Amino acid sequence: MNKTRPKHLALHLIKLPLSGYVSILHRLSGAMLFIALPLLLLLLDQSLRSIETYTNLNDNLANPLLKLLLLGLLWAFLHHFCAGLRYLVIDLHLLPSLSAARASSKWVLAVSLSLTVLLGVKLW
Amino acid sequence: MVNRVVTGAHYGLRDWLAQRVTAAVMAVYVLALAVYLLMQPGFGYDTWVYLFSGNVMRTFSMLFLLSLFYHAWIGVRDIVMDYVKPAGIRLLIHVLVILALILYVIWSVQILWGL
Repeated sequence: MNKTRPKHLALHLIKLPLSGYVSILHRLSGAMLFIALPLLLLLLDQSLRSIETYTNLNDNLANPLLKLLLLGLLWAFLHHFCAGLRYLVIDLHLLPSLSAARASSKWVLAVSLSLTVLLGVKLW
Repeated sequence: MVNRVVTGAHYGLRDWLAQRVTAAVMAVYVLALAVYLLMQPGFGYDTWVYLFSGNVMRTFSMLFLLSLFYHAWIGVRDIVMDYVKPAGIRLLIHVLVILALILYVIWSVQILWGL
């Protein structure tokens, strides 16, 4: 009965269900959006300040690196939004079974990814 | 009569609820804004500035941003509590996040009311 302590979990051996990954990505996307807040506020500021700053901003947004960054943030927002809605639905006890909960995490990943592609194509 | 004293700081349930209420506010705002923008035939500076010229839109945008900052505080605090163990560093990050969010509030007022 000599168990070795402390126990260290071998993270690379743990197989999470899909909802586990949705949860981790919910945290990750939330952290991304928080870090990007000053940039997003700056974009809002520049887009409203004057026609010059607006045009300037439009020119700057042609930069492929900035576009890629915003596309990443668009995904972060959409994933956070969809996964958040799923949590609200779960809190309201509207997903009674394990299979329904698992299926919904598939939907979260699929909807947020396809909306990212769709909006990404539409915006650029 | 049982006078039971429950221990704890009692902010758990309040923040749990606040996180969800602010999320609902943001979801409604974002969906309304998205639908409005998708219905605009042509989009340009004029449409954008006109949208934000009314006091109702400015007020609801401020409500959205305040919800966002409160929501972000709860989320970031949870992440920091989970992963940052040394108390000093954790406190420092919490203070920096709070100060940043307060600055964002001031900045938001300046942006929306063109100060």
